[in-house]
Amino acid sequence: MPENAPPDTQESISAEIASIAAAHEKAGPGPLLDYPPYRSSILRHPTFAPVQVDPEEVELAGPVFGARDVDPTDADLTAQHPGEPVGERMVVTGRITDGAGRPVAGQLVEVWQANAAGRYAHGRDRHPAPLDPNFTGTGRSLTDADGWYRFVTIKPGPYPWRNHLNAWRPAHIHFSLFGRDFTERVVTQMYFPGDPLLPLDPIFQSIPDTAGQQRLLATYDHGVTRPEWSTGYRWDIVLTGPRRTWTQS
Amino acid sequence: MTDPTPGTPGQTVGPFFGLSLPYAGGPELVPPGSAGAIRLHGQVLDGVGEPVPDALLELWQAGPDGAVVREPGSLNRDGWTFTGWGRAATDNAGHWSFSTLRPGPGRPGAAPFFALTVFARGLLDRLRTRIYLPESESSLAADPLLSALPAERRATLVATAEPDGYVFDVVLQGDRETVFLESRP
Ligand SMILES: [Fe+3]
Repeated sequence: MPENAPPDTQESISAEIASIAAAHEKAGPGPLLDYPPYRSSILRHPTFAPVQVDPEEVELAGPVFGARDVDPTDADLTAQHPGEPVGERMVVTGRITDGAGRPVAGQLVEVWQANAAGRYAHGRDRHPAPLDPNFTGTGRSLTDADGWYRFVTIKPGPYPWRNHLNAWRPAHIHFSLFGRDFTERVVTQMYFPGDPLLPLDPIFQSIPDTAGQQRLLATYDHGVTRPEWSTGYRWDIVLTGPRRTWTQS
Repeated sequence: MTDPTPGTPGQTVGPFFGLSLPYAGGPELVPPGSAGAIRLHGQVLDGVGEPVPDALLELWQAGPDGAVVREPGSLNRDGWTFTGWGRAATDNAGHWSFSTLRPGPGRPGAAPFFALTVFARGLLDRLRTRIYLPESESSLAADPLLSALPAERRATLVATAEPDGYVFDVVLQGDRETVFLESRP
């Protein structure tokens, strides 16, 4: 964009989102890589379709993680500093399975997120919301034998970013997931149900399939709360690898 | 779509993974300078050839004997165990670098390669590719993936040898765009 062009408005970005959604009603479940409403994607998306390949043996395996890699305390993001972080304390838990419903056991889950005010403890985050000295916002966990992960954290706040004028990311937690094999590797984001910013967000909306969008929403689950101490959300993850679809616009 | 359950979609790694995903020792599958260590490095470039300073690469490979490695400890390296997996973020010049071992062929006569996963701000889902070693022309010519590609696209998957290892650029878009892969269902 020329330097002096007026920044895009939410209305113009939302109109782009709507027209792409209409054109991709039958798209696959994944995000479109060529998705101009997310301005940073314009020069970073491949233009060739992915080449289909039969995975070799090494690609049908993946790295192994274990007790040497992850400390059990890494899963409590509220306990990494002397004091309690500010915000709504919550448990985030769920089960990771493959496309056939088999648990993904003993695998690494990594998370990172903004604090309750919507600020990352990261030098590149210039959003003038307060940093929280008691919250770094990064955690690790290994899934148990039945594929369950569990983190204790605080609810992240939404934050502005510079995609367009007054652009706001819905509250989210970044998740990094390893499957049974290398082809199932996924990095994604978990969102909260009913967030009014979801329809406005070009990153969430890059998934044209509404069922695909739903799979990124956690569910409030009173059964996973810790009584009189934290709320709780459930988010299950399915890692299918080879069946992922990559539709070009 | 034959899967009973569709997968969880990916989303961009965004700009703020730096405090969480990169870690000390991530790019060093073996200590630099140790016996058999090679340097595998390059740049990540965008559609106008500009370096991508906020990309993250993950390397997964067989050992020098071609066998799949099943060793934990990648996140907390002991300096002796080869885990076959590493992670490197790009620097301000879009440059990345691993210290590792040459992978062997997965089966007799097969072309050895590194498997690579690419994440970046601006990239809405991860990309997968392979970095083939340039030495064995006959195994490269017989490789099912490479032999099906036009010559100029095939060249994007083969590293260039250097005295201490290999160089390989990941080009996200454009004429020299790297071939990215999807598993055949
Ligand atoms: Fe974020």
